Amino acid sequence: MQDILSLAVANLLTPMILCFALGLFAALARSELSVPEAVAKGMSIYLLFAIGFKGGVAVADHGLDGRLLAALAAGVVLSFALPFAAFALLRGMTRLGTVDAAAVAAHYGSISIVTFVTATSVLQSAGLTAEGYMVAVAAAMEAPAIISALYLVSRAGGQAEKMDPDLWREILLNGSIVLLVGAFVIGMVTGAPGLARIESFIVSPFQGVLCLFLLDMGLVAGRGMRQSRGVMSLGLLGFGVLMPVVGAAAGLAMGMALGLSTGGVALMMVLAGSASYIAVPAAMRVALPEANPSVYLTLSLGVTFPFNLVIGIPVWVAVARAMTGG
Amino acid sequence: MMQMHDAKRVEITIEAPMESRLTAALEKAGVSGFTVLPVLGGSGRSGRWSREGQVGRGGMVQVVCLIRPDRLDALLEAAFAVVERHIGVIGVTDAQVLRAERF
Repeated sequence: MQDILSLAVANLLTPMILCFALGLFAALARSELSVPEAVAKGMSIYLLFAIGFKGGVAVADHGLDGRLLAALAAGVVLSFALPFAAFALLRGMTRLGTVDAAAVAAHYGSISIVTFVTATSVLQSAGLTAEGYMVAVAAAMEAPAIISALYLVSRAGGQAEKMDPDLWREILLNGSIVLLVGAFVIGMVTGAPGLARIESFIVSPFQGVLCLFLLDMGLVAGRGMRQSRGVMSLGLLGFGVLMPVVGAAAGLAMGMALGLSTGGVALMMVLAGSASYIAVPAAMRVALPEANPSVYLTLSLGVTFPFNLVIGIPVWVAVARAMTGG
Repeated sequence: MMQMHDAKRVEITIEAPMESRLTAALEKAGVSGFTVLPVLGGSGRSGRWSREGQVGRGGMVQVVCLIRPDRLDALLEAAFAVVERHIGVIGVTDAQVLRAERF
């Protein structure tokens, strides 16, 4: 327990977390500080490319093993299953109606790629490595939760928009997934020699770019909190903190069952414990337009994302270490 | 004095993820001319919001069409079928245009 606490405190004093805190403070204090939209988008492209490429190189270095398919399947199962747990918790802890609860549940079955990127950086700082294919697992976990949410609505007699081919294409081929998987494949094909050619671009500047990106995420999260006053209740806040723990526990069980490395188990916990705020919100606006976006965006971006960044990641890493002996 | 012609200006403010569906429906209804504008922020039934608080394909866009008055009903029917269940506003105002053959 002492180790977990000291790791959590050490994590708080990293440039990344402090940059996020600065953004949060600036937004809540109504500072005019802002990161231009195009710059933020450029940084997210850089981070996705770098993380995907490095994951592909790791797979090329260590070779593919049977656990890749098992890990992908586990990720998909988690993404399908977690919305049901989230839905049950929401119905028990809050007064949300079926449609709002299902929309929120979809976010918690899907993943936050920024939380994943931050976690890989924390693992690196802790001297831990993870299976390179966890990048592919992250991509596989984006969409299944959306199907579970729509099922939950239809089961309760609600009306969801038809999942037309255009919506499927938008979900499965959204920019983040294409870039992440594409960079992963490029890294896998070109391997260590490929990495050596672009190392100075995607390795050294990575943490600095991540700091600025998290500054922007802090600003976005803070503004989201400001704009959503009146939406949050104690029950919702409690869910926003409890659900990541439930998800991380499921991720821990899956990671241990698969026999992943310490870093791999930690990343599985991070993925299962995080909530989407990019791919799923857009899908929900199309598929469940009656759901209130303030509720799910504030929960995933304003509560769960900061929780995971500040407390979740270091705790999940420490737990993974304790459980795997790593 | 320049020759002016009566027209209708239709402004549809809608969630960004619905943009491609709306413009596709407009094209299907024979509306070939429209302009898509980014929306910086505003206030509505759900409270205030700003583009700055959005991540990914969020926020709102405005689709502006200038059309001949006799094509208004077809446009509104097509637009309404898409936006009916979504957050958004449709406004119609009288306008005048030059070069009527372009509308």
